[in-house]
Amino acid sequence: MDEKKTAASPSAETMIERAVEESVSRAVFSSVIQRREFMRLLGGAGALAALNSVFPLDAAKALAQEKPGPIEKKELKVGFIPITCATPIIMAEPMGFYKKHGLDVQVYKASGWAMIRDMSINAETDATHMLTPMPLAISMGVGSQAVPFVMPAVENINGQAITLHVKHKGVKEAKDMKGFKFCVPFDYSMHNFLLRYYLAEGGVDPDKDVQIRVVPPPEMVANLKAGNVDGYLAPDPFNQRAVYEEAGFIFMLSKEIWPGHPCCAFAAPKEFAQKNPNTFQALFKAIVEATQYAHQASNRKEIAKAISPRNFLNQPVEVVEAVLTGTYPDGLGNTKTVPDRIDFDPFPYHSMAIWIMTQMKRWGYLKQDVDYKKIAQEVYLAAGCRDVMKSLGYKAPAQNSMSHQFMLGKNKVFNPDAPADYIKSFAIRRA
Amino acid sequence: MISLALLVLFLSVWQLSTKTTATGPSKGLPSPTAVGARAWEMISDPFYDRGPNDKGIGVQLAYSLGRLAVGYSAAAVVAISLGVLLGLSPSLYGALNPYIQVLKPISPLAWMPLFLYTIKDSGISAIMVIFMSSLWPILANTAFGVAGIKRDYLNVSALLQLSWFKRLFAVVLPAAAPAIVAGLRISIGSAWVAIIAAEMLIGGTGIGYFVWNEWNNLQLSSVIFAILMTGFVGVLLDLGFGTLAKTLSYKE
Repeated sequence: MDEKKTAASPSAETMIERAVEESVSRAVFSSVIQRREFMRLLGGAGALAALNSVFPLDAAKALAQEKPGPIEKKELKVGFIPITCATPIIMAEPMGFYKKHGLDVQVYKASGWAMIRDMSINAETDATHMLTPMPLAISMGVGSQAVPFVMPAVENINGQAITLHVKHKGVKEAKDMKGFKFCVPFDYSMHNFLLRYYLAEGGVDPDKDVQIRVVPPPEMVANLKAGNVDGYLAPDPFNQRAVYEEAGFIFMLSKEIWPGHPCCAFAAPKEFAQKNPNTFQALFKAIVEATQYAHQASNRKEIAKAISPRNFLNQPVEVVEAVLTGTYPDGLGNTKTVPDRIDFDPFPYHSMAIWIMTQMKRWGYLKQDVDYKKIAQEVYLAAGCRDVMKSLGYKAPAQNSMSHQFMLGKNKVFNPDAPADYIKSFAIRRA
Repeated sequence: MISLALLVLFLSVWQLSTKTTATGPSKGLPSPTAVGARAWEMISDPFYDRGPNDKGIGVQLAYSLGRLAVGYSAAAVVAISLGVLLGLSPSLYGALNPYIQVLKPISPLAWMPLFLYTIKDSGISAIMVIFMSSLWPILANTAFGVAGIKRDYLNVSALLQLSWFKRLFAVVLPAAAPAIVAGLRISIGSAWVAIIAAEMLIGGTGIGYFVWNEWNNLQLSSVIFAILMTGFVGVLLDLGFGTLAKTLSYKE
């Protein structure tokens, strides 16, 4: 048994496993001292292996998990923002993933991220689509009242882009963007942090040399068309929509900054998860299953059709399809084929959370000093996600953290074990 | 007659100017015929309900009018009672007036984040926005109307030794009614303006959400149609209060 994993963020299943192991070893050894001695001699994992030889531990675990208990709350409301990042959360309703796990979920379209935050904090929604930095920021009380949140799963990786106005077709690198007016959807978004990262790596100070405004995505397209802004780093379909409207072109996909970066996520107040453990588990499973389904490239066309109607994204099917299949016109006259333009992967690496927090610190959003690792463990339920993935028969990463490889700049590898040094390594920073 | 001619002129200029620039998939404004086709599609099936995020225009309008009714009635009750008090008591009026002057010019929407934070319910917050937007015009007009009642009326009612209750309902309110209704008429307009902005923020249901959802899709023909519908409803509401004002007016 991996000690660290359970200490980090125990899911219901690991807790059951632990309880079974505990009671079996209690049954075998009459005294605590005897048991501790045995454990010390063989080591935790070795002791369990030895016990397993006399008692069918795996069978007991499976038995204990067979009946997860009744679902506390069947009818749920899940908030979402109409962008392709929310694909698994949205499609799980029309395609029956929630129903399969015994839930009656209504997905509720919200008009902006501040609204998503407030409706979730106020418990008007039970769980919600969020940007990956949001549950961290809300849990820390940064740009919000402090409410503990958990983030069981990432929704999409990649899938964003820098779109520039058609008059900027000559722009080649960040240096050429001095004086630009940019839009991002929210302060606590990967869009903001990736745009800042990209600009700063090119020697452009995002706070001094350019203007970055928070603007709702549909307004971005209208502003780009009117020439009020020079570009944006935004979620799709609004990059593809700018191409469709002949107002902009796709300058760079976000995966060209950080391949495999997380973007949107599925999150809930910790209180909801604790009060309704079985409901939370069922929801968790439905989301992971839908995310895995969306990961399969062959399912993307069917998904595009399911989520385009007015009830969900309210976008032309061809725009959503261009985003999800990765075969798209880039607005410069080329048709590109990038199958992983957007991808879906539920695993919430702690290292992703730590990178996000380093950027919050770097740009002055996070004023206080925090224990990056501790917050990452509390909010991003990596171990829980691993268990759910395994229980559904998917392969899951063995580690909760990894080093992430960036494409630009001197400091390309992010080592999650040394966040403070990482922040100091940047020339342009506010902290 | 002239307004009809103006409409025809406006529509034909619109139609011609959109036709010449329409080359791409959704370049420029949609033509009036496109808006007309869209409007027909919406009006012919106004009450469909395909889940929480897609309802017919009739259903959306009903949600907005429902919010309007609740917020507006609450505001009317509070504002008229407070207005009568202020109108009858010049000293109280003097004491509260500075606060009213500070609060009055605040955009009702600016209250939204505060309501969301304190009330913790987006639906009620939207209703509170309506409340705030209709409160001040009714309050100001009621206080003004009550303060302007001829002293003779009040003196006579005092002479007749009418009870406090009777004095209020038989003398004060009828005498101030035209001013109060004028306030009600002004505020129904501002409330209807505010509900659309509030619904664009909270999402979910209502004509404001409908505009926002269609904007998300850059479906301008729907947006124009919704703008026309809100104008139409606004005119109906105003007409209603206009008739009410006529029946309540009196000659000295």
